[in-house]
Amino acid sequence: MLQTVFSPRNNGDLFADMRRMQSAMNQLFEGTRTAGQSATFPPVNFWASQDSIVMTTELPGLTEQDIELTVKDTMLQLRGTYPEPENGDDITWHRHERVDGTFLRTVELPFRVNPDHIDARFENGVLTVDMQRPEGDKPKRIAIKSA
Amino acid sequence: MAQELTTQAARDMAAANGDANRRAMAFTPAVDIFENDKATVILADMPGVAADDVDVTLERQVLTLRGKVTPDAPQGYRQLSAEYQVGDYIRVFTLSDDIDQAKIKAAFKNGVLRLELPRSPKAQPRKISVKSA
Repeated sequence: MLQTVFSPRNNGDLFADMRRMQSAMNQLFEGTRTAGQSATFPPVNFWASQDSIVMTTELPGLTEQDIELTVKDTMLQLRGTYPEPENGDDITWHRHERVDGTFLRTVELPFRVNPDHIDARFENGVLTVDMQRPEGDKPKRIAIKSA
Repeated sequence: MAQELTTQAARDMAAANGDANRRAMAFTPAVDIFENDKATVILADMPGVAADDVDVTLERQVLTLRGKVTPDAPQGYRQLSAEYQVGDYIRVFTLSDDIDQAKIKAAFKNGVLRLELPRSPKAQPRKISVKSA
């Protein structure tokens, strides 16, 4: 029998085929990135507790003024511009590994956050954003009565 | 001019040496190196390191840049996703003779170390005579 990606005898999981195709597509486009640099910049880490979420990202060389952070519903947007590298006629470059230019990244949060209770700090090149779930959206514990 | 001393097989990571109980990995910080008419400047990205935890040592011709990261995981939270790893930084360069080692300046701001290595005024081109065998 001809082997195809969409094998009909595949335990009946339609979505497995879709996932496989998606990962095949991702691999296909992987090569278009420049080596050593990921397509999504800056990389972010997330921490979560019951009612809040913390995002951290490393942006060395920027200042608080260079970073623009906006949050709407579950979308967080991070925008920034790195300062121009030093230039001049007398400068000879030997190595240029550090990032420069402009970036824009949109991240989807696992839940809606209260835009009035966002605490963003920038320290030693690391941005930490602390976001709270709005009061009305918090899961409520319901007491179960016995009959 | 500064010449890199160690070449890592893995581009971004070096195994942490020393301290076995520090589980954090050691990273090679990205650097910019350029030269102007007075000095060689090295910029190294070390996000997450406090200014006091940056350690620059110069022994003979070997310049070592180290940064110790304070773990930034918030208390009482569980990690949801990680796109980057956190760890200490280390990178080693050899410097050429013509650097005035007494006048090296170091500054640390926003996670970036800036080292200025002024050229020594005394640095004279040396002539080496080659003897025939």
